[in-house]
Formats: sequence, C-alpha cells, structure tokens
Amino acid sequence: MSHHIIEADAIRYSYPDGTAALGGVSFRISHGESVALVGENGAGKSTLLQHFTGCLFPESGSLSIGGVPVSKQNLLAVRRAVGMVFQNPDDQLFMPTVFEDVAFGLLNLGVPEAELEGKVMAALETVGAPHLRARPPYRLSQGEKRAVSIAGVLAMSPDILVMDEPTSNLDPLSRRRLIGLLRTFQHTKIIATHDLDFALELCERTLVIHKGSITADGPTREIFRDEQLLMRSSLEKPLSLGS
Amino acid sequence: MNKLGKNLVDIGYMDTLSAGRSFLHKLDARAKLLTTVLFMAAVVSLDKYQVSAMIPFSLYPIFLIGAGNLPAGYILRKTAVVAPFAVFVGMFNPLLDRQILFHLGSFGVSGGWVSFLSILIRFSLTVSAALALLCVTGINALCEALVRAGVPKPFAVQLLFLNRYLFVLTGEAERMTRARRLRSCDRGATAPRAFIQIVGHLLLRTMDRAERVYRAMLCRGFDGHVRVVRFSRIGRAELAFILGWAALFAVFRSVNLPVILGQAVAGAWK
Repeated sequence: MSHHIIEADAIRYSYPDGTAALGGVSFRISHGESVALVGENGAGKSTLLQHFTGCLFPESGSLSIGGVPVSKQNLLAVRRAVGMVFQNPDDQLFMPTVFEDVAFGLLNLGVPEAELEGKVMAALETVGAPHLRARPPYRLSQGEKRAVSIAGVLAMSPDILVMDEPTSNLDPLSRRRLIGLLRTFQHTKIIATHDLDFALELCERTLVIHKGSITADGPTREIFRDEQLLMRSSLEKPLSLGS
Repeated sequence: MNKLGKNLVDIGYMDTLSAGRSFLHKLDARAKLLTTVLFMAAVVSLDKYQVSAMIPFSLYPIFLIGAGNLPAGYILRKTAVVAPFAVFVGMFNPLLDRQILFHLGSFGVSGGWVSFLSILIRFSLTVSAALALLCVTGINALCEALVRAGVPKPFAVQLLFLNRYLFVLTGEAERMTRARRLRSCDRGATAPRAFIQIVGHLLLRTMDRAERVYRAMLCRGFDGHVRVVRFSRIGRAELAFILGWAALFAVFRSVNLPVILGQAVAGAWK
C-alpha cells in the first residue's frame, strides 16, 4: 500500500431488514486528499464509512484501499491502513486509563513493550493530552474524550484517517482546537459531517451523498455555493459563505 | 446524577484503583490469581461449624487492601452490597439444624446458627479478597492471566465483554430512566406496561451500542486476544508471594490458631 488511493466502484449495500443504504456509490480519493462526506441524516454516510474499515462489505461492487480489495482476507492490512474515529467517543474508549486505551491498538499490532510508552505519549502529545494519561476515560469532558479517541487511532500510524461527525457534542473552543489539530495532519482524511463550516475549513473536496448515491463530487467551496443542491440534500449553505 | 449513574462511576472506580503503582499492582496477575484461588479453596473447605479457624484468614484480604493502597471502606461497602445472597443461602440453617453445640451462659447455641455465621464469614472473606484482587489487578490483566493459566479463551473474553457491556447497559439504563422520570411528573413507580417497554428498548439499544463498541475494537485490531500494557512474568517476587501465602494458608488450615492462642492465654492466666 504505497499510494493510499481509495477506489469505490458501484458499491451497493442493504441492511438485513431490507433497507437500501448504498445504491451504487463510486469515487476515487487520492493520496493526501482531505474529503468531506456530507448529506442528510440516513443518507448513507456512516454506512459508507463502515465499509472503509471492513465492518461492512459491499453486496455488489468493489472497494479497494491502496490497491488492496477490502475483504475478509485483507482485513488486517485494511485496518492497519485506515484509522477510524467514531462519532461517539464513548463507543471507542473502554480501557481503565487513557494510557492503556491509546496503547490498546498498539498492543494488538504487536508493538514491543520498549516502544509502547514512547508511541503512546507521542500520540497524546499530538492531540495535546499528555496530562490525561492516568485519567479514566469515562471521567473526561467530551472534548478530551474526542482528543483521546483520535490519539488512540493516531498511535497506530494509519495512512488514512476516517472520522464520523468529529465535531458533534464539542464546544466551540474544542471544535476550533480540533480544526487546528486536523490541519497539521498529512494523512488522507475522509470526514463525514453535518458541520459544513468545519468541512469548508478543512476539506478541499466534498462528496454529497443523498439516499445512498453520490449526487455531487467536487471542490468544497463550489458545492457549498450550490443552494439548490444543498437544499435537495437537506443541507444549508454554511454561514461563512454568506448569503 | 441518579443512583444508576452513581453506581456506574462506583464500578468504574475499580478500574481507577487497578491503575495504582504499589508492588502488589506490579506483581504478575497469575501469581495474585493463583494465590487468591488457593485462599478461597482453603476458606471454603473448612468444616461447616468452623468459625474461629477462619479468623486468621482475614489477614489475606487485609494485606491486599493495605499493601495495594485500596480504600477499605469501598471494599467493605461493595462486599455488603452482595451480602444478602449469603444471608439467603444460610438463612434456613438455624431452622434445619437445631442441635445445641455449646452454651453461652444460659443460652444454647445451635449448630444451625454456627453454620449460618460460618457462611457469612466465608462469604465476607472470599468476596472481599476477590474484590481486592480485581482492584489491584484490573479486569483486563485478570482475563489475560486466566488465559495464560489455561482457562479457555472464549470464557476469558466473555468475562472481559461482560465487564465492558456492564458500563454500556448501565449507561443506557441511566439515560432511559432519567427520560422516563422527567416525563412522568413524579408519579413514582413505573407502570408494569411501561416497565416492559423500557426493558425491551433497553435491550435493543444496548445490543446496538454493544455492536458499535465491538466494531470500534475491531477497527483497532482486536482479534479476540486480550492484551495488557503491564507486562510481567513469574519471577522471584511472584514465587515468594505464592509460596509464602500458600504456606500461611496451610498453617491456618491445619492449626486452629485462635483456639491455641486462647488456650495459651488461659493457661498463662491460671
């Protein structure tokens, strides 16, 4: 996986109850791109994100990451390459202390004991949370939980960072801090969000998903100026673009 | 925070305690596990009328609490929470076993009362030792120790998830009961029909949440194998811990120290 290109070709997926979630989604994301995935509730954003980490597999069509098809046989390689930050940090944090939680993924990757401390602390320092190392995750604020859950993913040195609603439940200052933090990352980033101002600041490209299909794919600023398109997708022009 | 929420934080406190830095925390989890199992076997295998012989065994949980810098009040409170189970186990003994074993003044004490007391003491000793073990080891290290000690992996993973999902379940239950209370206008107890609906929803929501938690674990490389940060191995300290306590348990088990001590004191008095 030298070039972390994500290629989706006509992905279709329906949930076991028959609800069609993705109806033939295709796109190509190149190495180092920062892409926003926007759309109304139930449009299929989270379902698509779960395909990137092999939590779900397409019924038809194909998805490959760095040329490796996302399949049961390649799960380990795929999960090493893709770091997923969940919408609710409480779903992600479960170890007794922040240090152990950040170390969880590293231990599963087989990182030797001698390197563990350095890698965990480096990840915590990146998100500005080294002082939280001994704290139990359930006692942290939402902003701190978000920072620690990102550290847990960053510690595994993924090539692609996938985030599901990273700004939900964050106060304005924590949100601003997160934007600053994500700007420093050189990873390929795919961010599913309803926060269009956030997307505008971080992502040069946007995919609009509506009822399980990609309805627009292009430069973020251009797409967010198309009020008709935004309205069709139950979205609203970001405040920063003015009226 | 309602009662459920407080209990959740209270359970989580065990995890906080397990991150301590005492020498007991640093010992290999297998050593602590094996010693505690030996302790329980020694306590449980005593004769049903034995009460005095159990007193020296209290040294082990006291040692774990003291050396592990654990809050004694917290362990005692947690032990008391599950005490009703022991009461239920032994509550019929005084009715079924009425044979008088000895007299306290003019009051005849039956075998049933002695065995009931014996059950309560056994229960307090074993539960407090198990809680202290959990507090100085942590559930993850304990599960890893179980696997390394030969316990089937599915069992250890089940235990790990039981602990993980306990938080998920309690968290969901807390939110649901709060929502019910806010809309019930202080009418008090939940109507049976509403209660059934709440429990059904709680199950569905918990399963949904558990699925997300599991997926998050998979995304970070979880492969069903329990791994912990604190690496350790059986060294001299662990061997000394196991053998030292095993020898003490053997002495406590074969010699009734309080009786001997009592006789010695009585002899000296005469």
